[in-house]
Amino acid sequence: MRPDFWIVQTFNGLSYGALLFLLASGLSLIFGVMRIVNMAHGSYFMLGGYLGLTVILRTRSFAMSVVAATVAIALIGMAMERYFLQRLRGQDLGQVLMTIGFALIFQDLALLLWGGDPYSLPVPAALSGSARLGGIVFPIYRVFIVGVAVAVGLGLWLLLDRTRAGAMIRAAVDDGEMAQGVGINVPRLSLAVFGLGSALAALGGVIGAGFLGVYPGADFEVLPYAFVVVIVGGLGSLPGAMVGSLLVGLLDNFGKALFPELAYFTLFAPMALILAIRPTGLFGRA
Amino acid sequence: MIGRRAALAAAVVGGLAVLGPLLPAYPLTLITQALIFGILAMSLDVLLGYTGLPSLGQAAYFGVAAYAVALLATERQVGLVGCAAAGIGLAAVTAAVFGVVAIRARGTYFLMITLALGMVMWGLAFRWVSLTKGDNGIAGVPRPEMGALSLNAPLPFFYFTLVAAALSWALLGLLVISPFGLGLKGIRGSESRMAALGYNVWLHKYLAFVIAGVFAGLAGVLWAYYNGFVGPTDVQLVTSVEALLMTALGGPGTLIGPVLGAGVIVFLKNFVSVYTKRWLLILGAVYIGVILFAPHGIVGALRRARR
Amino acid sequence: MRSRLHPWIALLLIVAAGGAAGSAAAQSGPIKVGLLVPLTGAASALGKDMLSGTELYLDEINRQAANRRIELIVEDTEGVTATALTKARKLVDQDHVAILTGGLLASTGYALHPFADAAKIPTTYPVMSSDDLTQRKPAKWVVRTGWNSSQSMHPFGEWVASNLKYKKIVTIGFDYAFGWETVGGFQRTFEEQGGQIIQKIWTPLNTADFSPFIAQVKPGADAVFAVFFGRGSLQFVKQYAESGLKAKVPLLGNGTVTDESVLPQMGDEALGVYTALHYSAALDNPANKAYAKAFEAKAGKVPSYYAETCYTNMRWIVEAIRAINGKVEDRDAFLAALKKVELKDFPRGPVVIDKWGNPIQNVYVRKVERVGGKLQNSVIFTYPAVSQFWKYNPDEFLKMPLYTRDYPPCKSC
Repeated sequence: MRPDFWIVQTFNGLSYGALLFLLASGLSLIFGVMRIVNMAHGSYFMLGGYLGLTVILRTRSFAMSVVAATVAIALIGMAMERYFLQRLRGQDLGQVLMTIGFALIFQDLALLLWGGDPYSLPVPAALSGSARLGGIVFPIYRVFIVGVAVAVGLGLWLLLDRTRAGAMIRAAVDDGEMAQGVGINVPRLSLAVFGLGSALAALGGVIGAGFLGVYPGADFEVLPYAFVVVIVGGLGSLPGAMVGSLLVGLLDNFGKALFPELAYFTLFAPMALILAIRPTGLFGRA
Repeated sequence: MIGRRAALAAAVVGGLAVLGPLLPAYPLTLITQALIFGILAMSLDVLLGYTGLPSLGQAAYFGVAAYAVALLATERQVGLVGCAAAGIGLAAVTAAVFGVVAIRARGTYFLMITLALGMVMWGLAFRWVSLTKGDNGIAGVPRPEMGALSLNAPLPFFYFTLVAAALSWALLGLLVISPFGLGLKGIRGSESRMAALGYNVWLHKYLAFVIAGVFAGLAGVLWAYYNGFVGPTDVQLVTSVEALLMTALGGPGTLIGPVLGAGVIVFLKNFVSVYTKRWLLILGAVYIGVILFAPHGIVGALRRARR
Repeated sequence: MRSRLHPWIALLLIVAAGGAAGSAAAQSGPIKVGLLVPLTGAASALGKDMLSGTELYLDEINRQAANRRIELIVEDTEGVTATALTKARKLVDQDHVAILTGGLLASTGYALHPFADAAKIPTTYPVMSSDDLTQRKPAKWVVRTGWNSSQSMHPFGEWVASNLKYKKIVTIGFDYAFGWETVGGFQRTFEEQGGQIIQKIWTPLNTADFSPFIAQVKPGADAVFAVFFGRGSLQFVKQYAESGLKAKVPLLGNGTVTDESVLPQMGDEALGVYTALHYSAALDNPANKAYAKAFEAKAGKVPSYYAETCYTNMRWIVEAIRAINGKVEDRDAFLAALKKVELKDFPRGPVVIDKWGNPIQNVYVRKVERVGGKLQNSVIFTYPAVSQFWKYNPDEFLKMPLYTRDYPPCKSC
């Protein structure tokens, strides 16, 4: 294989991994604090994309569409948590099932509101086109995605490591009962984390829509990938989400490029294997 | 109590058997479909309801058996016994292999591992095109002939499925009241306690996993013959999710509940969609409603009400 | 003596009158048409087009034909073949439809074949295009009113070789029957004219990110021939342009790459793409002009091939109904009539059914251009009366294998 093949594929894998990071970091945080497997996470991703599309078509502002989508989905996520999921505190299975019910409702709502046509999110001219570096073409938008993911990653790390809120989150992830015992308002914290997680998924959805487009079915298509990242990296771990999303992005990309017949196998089988050896993921704890 | 439940079940089976010839073809095929998914849901109940292991991957064994039947029946003209044995056998082997990986985990982690393993099977079905024909699926699976009796028409196939479902219920029913089954219930309550009492917890869970796989495989065999068609959608995540919902809706840990749940969902999907395009929304709302107001499922709620 | 009607004769007369009235009622009751379309799921936009096209024609004739009302019963397949089968059973066993139509996925086409023959229900396929459904695995009770995958590709391969003078082409497409058959047809005639397919790339059906595949395109290609549909087309064309490749290596496609179901959502990245299909919304004939205008008024968008094929399909069914004076209860006669419909003024042009139940119709080579501010598939060449066998002898053609992933073999790969 030519050397630029490897460079291009690695870059593709990195940029796809960057997108997955946005999606999976939220899922990981939600699980870490609340032990909820949010099956509606893919729905937030998809709805974020659709909302972003509507806003950008009205306002022609990419920034506005990003802000609007993340805020709106954060609110929806928090409402779902506060009025529905909180009633099932402690019932792990019930919460999973409830999020599934919501995922179905969101899927149909999206169909009702936006129809079934696939759309491409129009990105600002500054972010379209490509850059040439040593004869290799890098689409600028993908570089942008990597940039966003890095910024978000940094932001999350600062939040978790340097702020009081972050400390509370980490405490709740470590041991929810103890955290409650030392006075941390875990329900309120859960609400905030759920909002943050949903917002991250929606951010991924809008940004992702710039090169993947937005279409019905995106919710359940992207959900398994988010799960793989979070399982591989470890539930509740930010470094885990980072490493996991990179790994998954690269594995998926190279798997499709080198072993097209076994494309999904190359992704999910390693995941099953990692789980077999370390059931809590690479960075997770029991 | 067991006697009463068995009598009730026998009455239901008998009732269906009598009702069969009186029903028009379409509702009969829907009941057949509900029975097939009932078997799948019961297999999941062994894991979820009795052992406390929520699996999102039963579609893997369901699908593997269905594909085995489809391939053998269309390419090698293998008959019913051969196809069923191959299908169920392959499902058992798959569960035996996957179980080694999955049983290490518990609770949510178990959920996610089984999801991943289910996706592995789906990936194979979807992408191993030379074997499974990929997205095209395998069509033209002929209904089996049992000597002079052909299962082509809806009524004979309904009876065939009814017998299979009744047998599954009976066998699983015996399993869950046996010492082994009671051990599973104990594990559901507290693994550490059972281990302290000297039970081989791992073996119990592993065998439950394989048994669940076997019955999921049986459902898969019937499904392949029912539709005459098998495709990757039979192995996808949504199928496992639906099985989970059927079990939860009907009532985990009751065995008959999941069959009821399967019936409710099959009819909901097929009747509601006639009247409105928003049937998916209604389905989602029904799930949420049940989870909020009847967390132990329909049968669970009925049994509690009776106390 | 006053004549009195003997009671038995009276009874006989009453029964006879009742029977006549009953059969008259049957003959004047509505004709039920069962339509299977994906109204939910990933293909719901296409299902909507299929429904709109069907309903547009029915509205034009006031839902009446041969003095009987036509009742359209629509069932949602969810884009899943198992569900399509369940709904087909409902339409036939419960609703007692006179004819079954619709369907989208290739797998549904193969699964419905044995069903139609077992139920002896006249069936038409307006969309499902798998070649073998009317070649090596036909069904007696199925008439295809749409097209088959390789039909428009045989002339296109020839056209590309002779007119665009490309010598080396890389193909990339969805890795399933539709993709294989489309590439196969193109490859056969393209290579017969001296061209070479130097690489075949296959992508999984639900690919959203095509970059791992675009990056594999071999250098030295004169053009890339793509086979996608739905959102895949939208994503691929956009990502192909972004990769910088489109400027150097022009893009060709099969008809569904720039079909009007996705073209309005595309931008400049679609300009200049050559495709071939049996229809274009920009077709300049009186029937299409009227049809496109009516469709836009009804659905608020330009008609895609999915809409036209279902519009034509519904008209086809109605023509057959008229030909047998509405007596659809005689299923054999209905089926025979379906196979004999032959009209010249469908929006896509003249169509007639061949011996195997597949249409013989025009194939149009199109190029994406911006006209009046909007993108359209401008028709730049017409191949008249193209059959599924192109210029080959049908019996010889059928002796050769079906187009699959590995056939025709990629000799120059």
